[in-house]
Amino acid sequence: MNIAPLLEIEQLHAGVAGKEILRGLDLQIYPGEIHALMGPNGSGKSTLSNVLMGHPAYEVTHGTIRFLGRNLLELPPEERARAGLFLAFQYPVAIPGVTVARFMKAAVEAVRGREQVRAAALLHEMRETARWLEMEESFLNRAINEGFSGGEKKRMEIFQMLLLRPRLIVLDETDSGLDVDALKIVARGVHRALGPDTGVLLITHYERILNHIPPHKVHILLEGRIVKSGGPELVAEIERRGYDWLRESAAATS
Amino acid sequence: MADLPLDNKLLQEYAHGFVTPVEEELVPPGLNEDIVRTISRKKGEPDWLLEFRLKALRAWQRKTEPHWAAVDYPPIDYQSIRYYAAPRRLSAGEGMDPEILRTFERLGIPLHEQQRLQGVAIDAVFDSVSVATTHQKILEEHGIIFCSFSEAVRRVPELVRQYLGSVVPPGDNFFAALNSAVFSDGSFCYVPPGVRCPLELSTYFRINAAGIGQFERTLVIADRDSYVSYLEGCTAPIRDENQLHAAVVELVALEGATIKYSTVQNWYPGDEQGRGGIYNFVTKRGECRGARSRISWTQVEVGSAITWKYPSCVLRGDDSVGEFYSVAFTNKRMQADTGTKMIHIGRRTRSTIVSKGISAGESRNTYRSLVKFLPGADYARNHSQCDSLLVGNRCTANTFPVIESENPTAILEHEATTSRISEEQLFYLQSRGLDPEAARSLIVNGFCREVFQQLPMEFAVEAVKLLEIKMEGSIG
Ligand SMILES: Nc1ncnc2c1ncn2[C@@H]1O[C@H](COP(=O)(O)OP(=O)(O)OP(=O)(O)O)[C@@H](O)[C@H]1O
Ligand SMILES: [Mg+2]
Repeated sequence: MNIAPLLEIEQLHAGVAGKEILRGLDLQIYPGEIHALMGPNGSGKSTLSNVLMGHPAYEVTHGTIRFLGRNLLELPPEERARAGLFLAFQYPVAIPGVTVARFMKAAVEAVRGREQVRAAALLHEMRETARWLEMEESFLNRAINEGFSGGEKKRMEIFQMLLLRPRLIVLDETDSGLDVDALKIVARGVHRALGPDTGVLLITHYERILNHIPPHKVHILLEGRIVKSGGPELVAEIERRGYDWLRESAAATS
Repeated sequence: MADLPLDNKLLQEYAHGFVTPVEEELVPPGLNEDIVRTISRKKGEPDWLLEFRLKALRAWQRKTEPHWAAVDYPPIDYQSIRYYAAPRRLSAGEGMDPEILRTFERLGIPLHEQQRLQGVAIDAVFDSVSVATTHQKILEEHGIIFCSFSEAVRRVPELVRQYLGSVVPPGDNFFAALNSAVFSDGSFCYVPPGVRCPLELSTYFRINAAGIGQFERTLVIADRDSYVSYLEGCTAPIRDENQLHAAVVELVALEGATIKYSTVQNWYPGDEQGRGGIYNFVTKRGECRGARSRISWTQVEVGSAITWKYPSCVLRGDDSVGEFYSVAFTNKRMQADTGTKMIHIGRRTRSTIVSKGISAGESRNTYRSLVKFLPGADYARNHSQCDSLLVGNRCTANTFPVIESENPTAILEHEATTSRISEEQLFYLQSRGLDPEAARSLIVNGFCREVFQQLPMEFAVEAVKLLEIKMEGSIG
């Protein structure tokens, strides 16, 4: 039993615009594990995903993050992506005039290495992946996220994830705003990306995605700290009781 | 397609900055009646053409250099410029200098008939003269005349005489008058009625000699119901001095004819300090003379120290259409003042303007347009869209759209935006593995997409690559 963790976060303090949001967060994810992260609005879930990916506006004031044994905080975002980290954004941005096909060619070349990519094979892979996610092939020729519906944007994130073949997948509320069928497709996509070496950090407010993607562990983030970790039974408890009962215990420990 | 004009995968910095060691025949510097007569005599021109030049010279002498454009440069000494330079062997009738062939090959433009480009006929202009025109046979089979301007004067003098100066009169403006007095060569094209030109026609301009100006003249005539697509490319050596390029392009579209004219301008832009570079003062105008005719200008301007250029359409024929698609990229100390004029004369004439300005470094990028509806232009319409993208904080972008309507039925829509590359967009692309430079370049190319789509396919690919190269190192 000597497997190294994929991701190792210790005593992370981070903030944005001079405001501290994460206040001593610890988390370890091992290969093959699915972790769910829940917490009320504004508790710092997206802050954590932005810090993991290296958003320049977010400042880490204390603590360490190791990814596959490397000091993640030393790497610019593009090298984190190349090392195998993928973030499905809560609010993906549009890039006018840049088609999905063009963008993904550049991204796949950057992540897999230019020598590894043959244009024709990649185009075939893109078409196949789009079909598999029940997206119209015409999406490949549309500008990335421009005029996409909320659900289409989420599906586009999953499309990118499948093409980039990451080791650690962070899904920031990818399930929010999806209809029942789209939710199933997204879950199917995540299963396809999973392997014995892959880890998932699934940020969500809802139980329903967790029925499709059962987590090994569930964590509750409150005021910048993980105040409780447990198994899937924790989710049902949150659905029933909300977060307030945890607030009191959080206050007691700080 | 591997060998394309404007192929530019060579270097990050200006890759076309070499000088060709070729013996050139030069006229002494300065501009006066003697020089004009000398040029005309060297070219063995008929009297009417000499008259045209002298009239233009007199108009030029009466005019003063225009200074309304938002560009700054030290005064130009017109008497220190040489107005004619030609490779000696060519003017001595000894055929083309092998050095010149090699020059064009290095630029990606083979002139040998064996290795010429598929689907593109090229007229290559080296300093003041046209040195070669390819694909003559196919063109002749269709009755298309495509040759150097000088040759056209000999071959079809009546056509040249009928149309020369009919769109841009010799005294039109200071730079057009200068060109009309001293123009040395350029390209001529005539497409007969009903003919769809089977090849892309292309002129490639190369300035080589030091201390000379280039003043070429292009005249394209599309007769009734014909179609032609024309592409122009330009480069010059790196030199510390500024060189003047004052071209005139005239297009005439008769009833039902279509002319697509695309330019990829990559003249040497000068260095970081603003030393050297081409002054590009160009007059381009097309006239939709017949009903249902169409003229479409597409320009990708990525070079020159100063660009002063407003490709325009005079929409005389009823139901005629004018289009202007432009990408103007400025970097370092470059200054561009560019845009278009759409003059609506005929009924139901339509025009479209799509302008994309990108400024980086300490450059200055100005868009300027005039959309005019004359009293007879019933139900004419214009749609203008003009977007600026700023890269960095030390550059400036301005837009000056002017509208003059003398017809209440005319309809005009105008949209304008100014934006910066957002941190969120950059981060999104970086999170997918792109480094910041590649990310910016992708965003800029996306910004220009609508314009690039107008270019013939192969040239669009080249334009994308060219812009990528230009974007490198543009963030200081
Ligand atoms: N760029 C920013 N500037 C200022 N404040 C910010 C910024 N980003 C996040 N915050 C603040 O940090 C806190 C945590 O936000 P975060 O987006 O991480 O919450 P979240 O847990 O993802 O919430 P939700 O469930 O609503 O998505 C909030 O109070 C938010 O307003
Ligand atoms: Mg969030």
